[in-house]
Amino acid sequence: MNGLAFILIAMVTLAAALAAATLRSLMHAALSFAVALVGIAAFFFLLGAEFVGLALVFIYTGAVAVLIVFPILLTPRDVGKTRGFNWGGAIVAAAVFGGLIWSILKTQSLAIVAPHMPRLTVKQIGAALMTGYVWPLQCVGLLLTAALIGALILVLEEKQ
Amino acid sequence: MTPTLQVFLIVSAALFSIGLLAALSRRHAIFILIGIEMMLAAANLNFIAFWRFDPPPKQPIGVMIALFAIAIAAAEAAVGLALVIAVYRHYRTTNVDQLDQLKG
Repeated sequence: MNGLAFILIAMVTLAAALAAATLRSLMHAALSFAVALVGIAAFFFLLGAEFVGLALVFIYTGAVAVLIVFPILLTPRDVGKTRGFNWGGAIVAAAVFGGLIWSILKTQSLAIVAPHMPRLTVKQIGAALMTGYVWPLQCVGLLLTAALIGALILVLEEKQ
Repeated sequence: MTPTLQVFLIVSAALFSIGLLAALSRRHAIFILIGIEMMLAAANLNFIAFWRFDPPPKQPIGVMIALFAIAIAAAEAAVGLALVIAVYRHYRTTNVDQLDQLKG
């Protein structure tokens, strides 16, 4: 695993995530969010989970980011009213970050390097999905169908 | 220098906190959804990191959990954004501070 690649990806991802959380313009925030997700997918590639990284790019930057852009365009910008920034939230987020960092640094067993691992092939993932994980797979399929039908019904125009 | 598990967890904790910041401090409903999605992605990064730094298990458990979490996050995003549009139609605003009709 390459340390330089890690530092580069971490910088791009965290900068894009911070931009997504703090930028005023909703559209700029959505595009920064897409960049942050590409960064997370790059982390997945670095960790040897190429299939999940590709799935993340397809689903998040392909579908979810576009899905976020649509409501932004469908709801007019009432920027003046939604510009407010709640500093209490920033304090809570900083406290959570501090607590997490403290516990991560205090746990000695986490300071390990990656063991050598045989490459995970798509064939193995498919075999696992079709044998041990077939019930969760069916349930997720049902959940996705129900969620998408529910989303469609939610946005249907009500008959006057 | 090879990154240890710790640095991955620190990056993931930072992403989670940024998502929490977006979810708690912004008033536009779509920003809150972006924050929630970012927290879910940070959790996925943790799953993959713990799977990679573990002695190889028989089945790719971490990858499976991450895949299912991505699918559930996609379903959540679809329903959440449909709710934003439905709420906007009803109240003509997406500012969550103004959606206080049920407030006691």
